[in-house]
Amino acid sequence: MSTQVSQIDEVKSTPWSGGKSPFNVEYGKMMMWFFLLSDAFTFSSLLISYGALRFSSSSWPAPDKVFQSVPGLLDSGAPLVFVGLMTFILILSSVTMVLAVEAGHRMAKKEVVWWMIATIIGGFTFLGCQALEWSHLHHEGFWWGHIPDAEELKHLFTGGNEATYGTYAQQFANLFFTITGFHGFHVFSGVMINIIITINVLLGTYEKRGSYLMIEKVGLYWHFVDLVWVFVFTFFYLV
Amino acid sequence: MSSEPTEVHHEDHGEGMTRKKIVQVFGVLLGITVVEFIIALLLVPKGIIPSHIANPVYIVLTLAKAFYIVAYFMHLKFEKIGLALAIIVPILFIIGLILVLTNESHYWIDLRL
Repeated sequence: MSTQVSQIDEVKSTPWSGGKSPFNVEYGKMMMWFFLLSDAFTFSSLLISYGALRFSSSSWPAPDKVFQSVPGLLDSGAPLVFVGLMTFILILSSVTMVLAVEAGHRMAKKEVVWWMIATIIGGFTFLGCQALEWSHLHHEGFWWGHIPDAEELKHLFTGGNEATYGTYAQQFANLFFTITGFHGFHVFSGVMINIIITINVLLGTYEKRGSYLMIEKVGLYWHFVDLVWVFVFTFFYLV
Repeated sequence: MSSEPTEVHHEDHGEGMTRKKIVQVFGVLLGITVVEFIIALLLVPKGIIPSHIANPVYIVLTLAKAFYIVAYFMHLKFEKIGLALAIIVPILFIIGLILVLTNESHYWIDLRL
């Protein structure tokens, strides 16, 4: 028998000729990527409609006037400090997640557990901060379908026609609670998934399986949540 | 969920994130956020940078942060180019929607209050 490879076999050795994953990733991980892509479209449509409504408004509540409290410490005079803390917490929990993935590559079960617990704590802290932020705005009178009275609103705008303040404040409130709410819902589900995966790690599921690939998959989701927050932060609090 | 132990060796690209690299990327993300705060809290209120210049700067800085998260934390930089393109190219549709709606909102402003 000849050892020479026939031409048809050579064709079959290319990445796209079938028989193996051309992307060189496991099925579940690829599907996580495609799910995140679809989720990116959902968040984009929400943020783009926010952008379009804001861009077509002659005035808008000024972020450093609306968000200037640190719940429990200061009622005003500290613009963006609290949301800065929230951003820091979420980025930090993203870092602990990568460290969990890195520990998983080394099959270091104990380290994976500790970094996952750190990530979960970060997630819960962020959610707690968001709850405080929401209740603060709610106390000021903002909610879906509700805005503070006209006198209050004057302090939140920096110019524009006063007669339009009500309309734009209402749009701001609806968009703010919908978009940060949808993001918070993602953070919440991320924390729940992280808890389930951590329990699996403790039970030794992935050790038996021979790889901590599942940590990478939940890690992708968790980083995506952080990624979305980066955009929410810019468009609601900075611009 | 079925286990796929045969797939495991595919994941070893040999270019994983080392701890040093993770800390570096964290530093970059933190640094960019601090710069954004300096612009929002110091430079704009003092009138050093007008807000119509600050806004595009925020967007560029945000995209830089997004790049670091996706490329390093989500590891996309180290995946096959095919997978990276499958994720990045559809984002062009989002950019298209942004362009269409920002253009359109110029007209809406005359129609609204």
